[in-house]
Amino acid sequence: MEIRDLHFAHGARNIFNGLSLDVPRGRITAFMGPSGTGKTTLLKLIGGQLRPRKGTIHVDGQNVHRLRRRDLYELRKRMGMLFQNGALLTDLNVFENVAYPLREHTRLPEELIRDLVLIKLEAVGLRGARRLMPSELSGGMARRVALARAIALDPMMIMYDEPFTGLDPITKGTIVTLIKQLNQTLGLTSLVVSHDVEETMSIADCVYVIAEGRVIESGAPAAMRDSSSAWVQQFMKGEPDGPVPFHYAAPDYRDDLLAGGLV
Amino acid sequence: MIEAIRSLGRWGLGIFERLGRGNLFLLRVLFSLGSLLVRPRLVVRELYSVGVLTFLIVFVSGLFVGMVLGLQGYVTLSKFGAEDSLGVVVALSLVRELGPVVTALLFAGRAGSALAAEIGLMKTTEQLSGMEMMAVDPVRRVVAPRFLAGVISMPLLAAIFSAVGVYGGMFVGVGLLGVDPGAYWSQMQAAVDLQADIYNGVIKSVVFGFVAVWIAVFEGYDATPTSEGVSRATTRTVVHTALAVLGLDFILTALMFGSPQ
Repeated sequence: MEIRDLHFAHGARNIFNGLSLDVPRGRITAFMGPSGTGKTTLLKLIGGQLRPRKGTIHVDGQNVHRLRRRDLYELRKRMGMLFQNGALLTDLNVFENVAYPLREHTRLPEELIRDLVLIKLEAVGLRGARRLMPSELSGGMARRVALARAIALDPMMIMYDEPFTGLDPITKGTIVTLIKQLNQTLGLTSLVVSHDVEETMSIADCVYVIAEGRVIESGAPAAMRDSSSAWVQQFMKGEPDGPVPFHYAAPDYRDDLLAGGLV
Repeated sequence: MIEAIRSLGRWGLGIFERLGRGNLFLLRVLFSLGSLLVRPRLVVRELYSVGVLTFLIVFVSGLFVGMVLGLQGYVTLSKFGAEDSLGVVVALSLVRELGPVVTALLFAGRAGSALAAEIGLMKTTEQLSGMEMMAVDPVRRVVAPRFLAGVISMPLLAAIFSAVGVYGGMFVGVGLLGVDPGAYWSQMQAAVDLQADIYNGVIKSVVFGFVAVWIAVFEGYDATPTSEGVSRATTRTVVHTALAVLGLDFILTALMFGSPQ
């Protein structure tokens, strides 16, 4: 996958100003950066859910934003996406959620669908939870079911949107292992968007740090830890102030207090 | 002054922009209806939640509206010694006006608000995005079945409302106030015209159903994906449907019954 000179804005706010990067096939690539830098927006742009103002995104040689709806949907069948909250269909149970893409896009007999769903659920360790409804699942379980659903059609690429956020250490470890295992056993290209430094660095082959709408630094995790960039160091060490300021842009504090009046 | 004109302009443009989006959305929904022929089960499930679950409120409301019509009609007609025409008054009021209009208002309150909230919440919890990323068009799978179910349900519910209302009127007029049952039914049969009254009533209920469910699914799909956004979408569904139904009722009544006979 390659992104070239990507420009995107939400209303008047610029999110990306000429972002360019490459994602190698079969590897785990991580996009990291502070909240609000547009990491999730980037995944939506790659999936064709948003259109850029300028620039191109090629996935498997196809320009995502030049595709007709039918071709885009064909491409999406080969792209899985794990949403932050799982995005499971709440009126279907675990089994039906995982079976959903198979029922929609294939004409497989019911027995084969059952076997495939159980294989995917076994891969994420939730074969025994197949009759539960999404409301009965914990956050981590919901994400694992969503992962089983994302790999139901055996995609070539899978995008993870903040897969570690809000999870306990054990579940985090489970998700880390699953991402790594699935990448290796299925030969997937994995894109992980996250701000959880330790977990992401432990599995990524390549890391892009994104801030102010462009790539600040990229490279292997070890090289990132030794980076001389103040941005990267602030992010890796979790320092509250630095190139990413603690304070939102505001007039001078003293002048503001003395000005009086209403907010 | 300039700022006031500007904001008026922005407001006007906003309304036209939303109307345009609503129309484009409707076209998308209409073009998606064909896909339901392959999966009629999706519509049957929605017919239950949109139609069957609205049945009770329509039944009870129809009964009470009919009873009130019977009472009011009797009080007025008896002043002229015309209480035998009670059946005509009750039936025409229900079939021509109250059946389609009140059912549409109840439909907006019960089914329309539920549709808008359900679709809006699916958007908020990224279920619609998730479907898109699974290469499933949410307009085909989520919106179109609900739309069709609403359009089918509304005329049936309006017919039930009118039928129950006629029995409600009979219960009060014949059962409690002593109107002759033969006169109640025979005068109704003689005065209610299939073409002019019943067909026109059915046309009204189809139009109201179409508009009510269009507003509901559009508001849900277009909702800002926050809890406040869904709440606003639900409220707008009920308010806009009520205004649209009452406005359209006047236009349709003028077209159907406006010219002197």
